[in-house]
Order: sequence, then C-alpha cells, then structure tokens
Amino acid sequence: MKKEILSGNEAIARGAFEAGVKVASAYPGTPSTEILENIIRYPDINSSWAPNEKVALEVAIGASFGGGRAIACMKHVGVNVAADPLFTLSYTGVGGGLLLVVADDPEMHSSQNEQDSRNYARFAKVPMLEPADSSECKEFTRLAFDLSEQFDTPVMLRSCTRISHGKSIVELAEPVSGLSEPKLVKNPAKLVMLPGNARVRHPLVEERVVKLGEHGDSWEINRVEYRSNEIGIIAAGVTYQYVREALPEASTLKLGMVYPLPKERIRDFAGKVKTVYVVEELDPFIEDQVKAMGISVIGKEIIPMCGELSPWRIRKAFADAGIINIPEYQAIQTEPIPSRPPNMCPGCPHRGLFYMLNRLNAYVTGDIGCYTLGFMPPLNAMDTCVCMGASISNASGIVRVLSPEERHRVVAVIGDSTFLHTGINSLMEMAWNQSPATVVILDNRITAMTGRQENPASGFTLSGEPAPEVNIPDLCRALGIRNLKVIDPYDLEATFNTLKEEMDRDEPSVIVTNRPCCLIKGDDRFQAGEVLYVDQDACTGCRACLRIGCPAIEWQPAPDGKKGKAYIDPLLCTGCTVCQQLCKFDAIRGGK
Amino acid sequence: MSDKVTNILLVGVGGQGILLASEILAEAFMLAGFDVKKSEIHGMSQRGGSVVSHVRFGATVCSPVVPEGEGDILFGFELLETYRYLPLLRSGAKVVANDFRIYPPAVLLGQQAYPDGLAEKIRNLMPDLLLVDGLKFAIEAGNPRAANTVLLGAVSGKLDIEESVWLNAIEKMVPRKALDVNLKAFRIGRSL
Ligand SMILES: Cc1ncc(C[n+]2csc(CCOP(=O)(O)OP(=O)(O)O)c2C)c(N)n1
Ligand code: SF4
Repeated sequence: MKKEILSGNEAIARGAFEAGVKVASAYPGTPSTEILENIIRYPDINSSWAPNEKVALEVAIGASFGGGRAIACMKHVGVNVAADPLFTLSYTGVGGGLLLVVADDPEMHSSQNEQDSRNYARFAKVPMLEPADSSECKEFTRLAFDLSEQFDTPVMLRSCTRISHGKSIVELAEPVSGLSEPKLVKNPAKLVMLPGNARVRHPLVEERVVKLGEHGDSWEINRVEYRSNEIGIIAAGVTYQYVREALPEASTLKLGMVYPLPKERIRDFAGKVKTVYVVEELDPFIEDQVKAMGISVIGKEIIPMCGELSPWRIRKAFADAGIINIPEYQAIQTEPIPSRPPNMCPGCPHRGLFYMLNRLNAYVTGDIGCYTLGFMPPLNAMDTCVCMGASISNASGIVRVLSPEERHRVVAVIGDSTFLHTGINSLMEMAWNQSPATVVILDNRITAMTGRQENPASGFTLSGEPAPEVNIPDLCRALGIRNLKVIDPYDLEATFNTLKEEMDRDEPSVIVTNRPCCLIKGDDRFQAGEVLYVDQDACTGCRACLRIGCPAIEWQPAPDGKKGKAYIDPLLCTGCTVCQQLCKFDAIRGGK
Repeated sequence: MSDKVTNILLVGVGGQGILLASEILAEAFMLAGFDVKKSEIHGMSQRGGSVVSHVRFGATVCSPVVPEGEGDILFGFELLETYRYLPLLRSGAKVVANDFRIYPPAVLLGQQAYPDGLAEKIRNLMPDLLLVDGLKFAIEAGNPRAANTVLLGAVSGKLDIEESVWLNAIEKMVPRKALDVNLKAFRIGRSL
C-alpha cells in the first residue's frame, strides 16, 4: 500500500475518508484547523465550516441521527462551547457513528489556556481514544466509528499540538464498504431527551462505560510492552513517544483508549513490575483513577503539571527523584538577545484602530483573533481577553459598576468571525439592557488568526463556493442597536472622531470597520495602495510613525549622535498610508 | 543502518518558508528509506514571530520533538534566530546559517540594537558553521525567492544521502513552474 508522510491532522482526515464518513463540520482553532481543510480533499464527504463549535457538533449529530457517519473537529476550548449537546448526546447515543475530534494545546502555543480535554470524556461518559503518531491518527479515527456504532456512543479522539502538527509516515488503505445507507428512522424514546426518556437512558450510559472498560481490557490498542521489571510506565499519546525515548528500558502500558480505563490490564501490569509510574501531560487524569483503584503509582509527585512534557523533562524528573542517573548536562550559554514576538502584518487594518484607542485612553475589553496583538507594545491597547465573544458582554458588565466618567472609556473590540461565533448573543444582551458601552466590530472579511478561513459574512463556503453573506450592520440593527457607524480604519482622523463620538454617547453603539485582511488574495479590492517611502531630507527623526509598530518601518540610528531617521522597507509596505497620516512633516511620500 | 536518530532543527522568522523546507527534508529522508518524524508550531508564531521546526530521522524515531541539547544540525534562516536556538544543540553540532537579518520589533523601534558580530558569536560556540549568502546565490540561480533552496542544498551536503534522492524530493514538493530555478539553487547550495 502507498506510504505518505502526513501530519496528524491530515491523517485524521484520511481516516475519516477511509471510515466512510458522510458529513464533517468544524470551527477553526489551532491546532485542529487543518483536519477539515484536508477532509475537503475527499469529495464524497459533505464538509463545511460552522459558525461555532456547538453548531458544528450539532450538525454532526443530525447527520448521525440520519444514519450517516459524521465527524466534528475543534480545538480544546471549542469543546466548552460544544459541551451542551455533547453531554446529552451521550444519553441519546448515535445513529451513524459519530466522532468528536479535539486538539489540545499543552504549553499554549496558540491558546488562552491549557485545559485537558480528557476530563470531558469522563464528565460526559464517552470513550476517548488518543493516538501517538500520524499512523495511529488514521487508524484510531477508523476504529472510532466502529466503536461508536458497536456501543451506541459518541466517541472522542484527543490530539494535541505535537500530534496534529507533527508528521510521520502513514500507510494508506481503501475506504470501508458495505455501510448501511442513511435513512429516517423514528425513535423518539431514544432521541427526545425529556426527563421521562432521559431517566431511562442514564442507566444505559453507566452500563456502557463499564462495558467499554471491559472491552478495553482485551482491545489491542491498549498495549503492554515488557522490558525491565524495575520501572513500569503507563502513558498514552505523544507522551508515550517521549517515554520511549527518555526511558527506553522501562516496561510500558500504552493506552490507546484513555477513557474508560482497562482496569484489569492495569492491575495485571502493576503486578508485573516493581514500581508503576503514570507519565501524562497536564492533569493527573489516569493517575487519579488508578490510585482510586487502590493501586499505588507515582505520577504528579515527580512529573510537572503545567506545560508540555518532552523526553528531556521526563528524564530530568526521574533523575531529580533519584530513580535514574543522567550525565551532567550543561546547556550552551548564549547572551541575552532581543525577543521576537508575533506582530500584526504590515498594512493590517487593525493597526490604526488600536493606535487611536490608545490615544483615546480607552479601556479595551478584548477578544480573540489577530487583533489580540493590539495588546502588544507599542499599541498597548487591550485590557482584557477571556474567551471568544466575551469582549462585548464584559464591556456590558463593566460599565454597570463604573462611574459615569469612567464608563465612557470602555470599548469592546471583536473580529467578524468571533462576533458571529458567540458575539451576537452578547450584543443582543447589550442592546436589550441598554448598556452604554461602545463596540467595534473589526470586519476584515475573514477568520484571519487561524489562517484565513471563510465565515458566514465572508461570502464563500469552505469549498470556495459563493454563499449568502451575513450583513453585519443590518444584523446589529436587528438586534436593537440604534447607533451604528461603518468606518474605514485606514482613515485615522475619521476613526478617531467616530470613536470619540461613540464613546461619549450614553447609549450602546457599534462601529464596524470595513477593510479586509491584507493577506486575502486574488481580489483587487484587497490591495491597500502604492508603496510609500521616507524622504530622508524631510524626516526630522521625531519617531511618530514608529508608534504604530508596523514591521515595514525601521528606525535607522545615525552614527554620529545625530537624530536617526525612519526608513520604509519597500518589500513589506502595502501602502495603507496609516504612517503617512501620522507624519507632521510630510516626509512620507508616495501612495495615493 | 545505525540506530542513531539524527536531529535537525530549522529556525527562522514566521513567513520565511521554514515549513516547506522541513517538508522537503522529511520527504527526502522517507525516500531514502528512513523512519521520519517532524513537528512545528503553527498559529500565533506565524505573524512574524520566531519559528522552530524539528525534523528527526533514523531506523525508528519515537518523539517528534528533538530533546534539548541533542540537536545535530541547525538550519538557520536568519542570524538572530540561529543564535537564539544554539542551546538546543549538542556540542560539536553543525550549523548552516543564512547570512541574513530580519529586525525584530524592538530593533525596528530603535529601542534595542540588532547584535553585532553574530556570525562570530555563533562560530565561537559551534565551530562547524557554514555561513551562506542565500539571497546572492538565489539571484544567481534566477530567483531571489529560492534562497531557502540554496540553504537546503548546503544542508544536504552535511548529510549522507544521495543527490538523486534530494532531487526527487524537491520535484515532488516544489510547484512545476518553479522547479528549474529550485533545482539549480539546490545544486549551487550543495556545492558550497
Ligand atoms: C472557542 C474557540 N474556538 C476557536 C478559537 C480559535 N480562534 C482564535 S481567534 C479565532 C478567529 C479570529 O477571527 P476574527 O474574529 O475574524 O479575527 P481576525 O483574526 O480575523 O482578526 C479563532 C477561530 C478559540 N480561541 N476559541
Ligand atoms: S493576517 Fe490579516 S488580520 Fe491578521 S495581522 Fe495580518 S493583515 Fe492583520
């Protein structure tokens, strides 16, 4: 069979194809985004973005109720949004097999927290598989659908950054055949979760967990590998790979299903080695359950609770506990150097707006997207950021405790995709209860942060087909917003004046910006303008243009103690003219 | 084939094309019959932030991440980033670095200076340094955007894999219309 190097996300997509999945739905979120972006390569699967994770899961549930196999994909915090349907889906069970893929982000490479999704499996009482490389991503995805149908349960598959964005070799296989055709089957006692019906379902859920655990005892995806009998380690997922590398002599119980646990297999393993350790990233999820079985294991006493593990961290933890010896290791010492944090792109339409929010001394309740970078110096214009959609409701709440003077400083900022994700409810609340805050919707026509996915207001579907666009200003008006303005964020003066006017107002108001993300390709609309340059004779070295933090503008110090000058890199400049408007000496030339 | 896993780190600035380069490396190792794993971070780090990609190959590779202090080869796309990640290497590792500077925000703002003499600083810690003017050779090959491929060619010179395997990997991963320039850029790099 054909071999390819695939990322975990590509392999999950391939697994969905091989498993005969009919419907795929997702909301983007690092590190899960590329699963759906790869599923679209298989035309037999009906795949689409949903406006948020709850909707994505519910679309998958619908397809499953209709008898088709369905997959929903999201990042870890997405499950918080999708938790409501998940917990009751556990009671109804499935029609066609249903898989919820969740990608965790230990170390928070691109996330606001590092919650451990395994807790959701236990909380919702559904099985969870955890692959340890791309080959297992594909294999486990296939197995998940059989498990789902065999036990009448949704199944979760947990990935993490290192699995989703890691690549390894995968052997491709043919898709399954002989799945039954989807059709409507009435079964209200199972699918209408009124108290009377749900009371009947709950005991079945408890029974299912027990049966799944027993199934795990003999299932080959939970694998024992005996080596030395001194150290026995229970591990799963990428952590298993780290363990193999850090402690190659240790015996291992590699769990492919991390919930429910295969209790007999664990007991048996524990009886055959001198000391059992659980090595797991983040929470003591396996450890606590094994301890509750009355088996003595060592886990978080020595293994860090926060951040990613690595072969090195594991080796160090075992050495610090005196269990193994490692050679003295002295890392190479380098001198301190300037850091390189991410920055908004040159010409980003968010930049000028944050500059003005800073100038107006606004208190900015923020949200999640590229614009969260408005927090960074020199813009320094974001004061809170909790979760998607929270900016508006946080603003609505904060103005209720402030004095009238301070109230006027509160501005919520939210991106178009985030507004459509969970901001609409918040704005409804704000309009309904007349909270006098100002909301800026940064409509850059795309879901930029996660790599430019279409959204319900961008005019296209996942597959690039034209689609009806949500009209954001009309939507706001429909929610009860009476003060609404659309501005060009490249026009600094208009941006300043509009912000000022709306912040002073004692009523809720919304400002929508109308410039697209400059990385959207293939449409003239999205070209900002002509490249600018600094007239070196006119530049006085006042540094005003540097205050927007554009990567295209460089400070060139003068060698002899004289004032330096600004320089614009013509390869980076997009001609947005924001810096030009800041120069009081007309030293920035070109453009319109 | 020995059991030893070879650890390669590719470092630079988001947007420099590190992903594609690491993809070509991985492909070449697979074609050469090795087990391969690679890992990198997408997302936040791509907005001009510092980026590191790990590629490992050998008879069997477990972890997709290179253990701290065990990097064998550092493939640097930018000087400051090359210097930043030296602590991930074992002593005596090989470094192939692009002689190229991209200023980080604090330098653009004139708040900090871009360190002087980085190449010397790198060489003091890692004497096996090959400094390559990627841009110059890319222009020679016909397109300034082929700088990464020049570097890739230079890195290939440090690895015991036949040229034909590399060329196959490039053919598979690079778009048709850019292929000739990239093959030429690769050969220039490999001859350095
Ligand atoms: C619940 C949840 N789902 C997904 C994400 C990942 N995520 C972060 S920002 C973002 C979208 C940002 O798009 P938009 O609001 O349009 O802002 P832009 O990046 O375009 O400026 C997504 C999907 C998340 N942080 N939380
Ligand atoms: S990707 Fe688009 S929205 Fe994000 S920083 Fe760049 S220009 Fe701004």
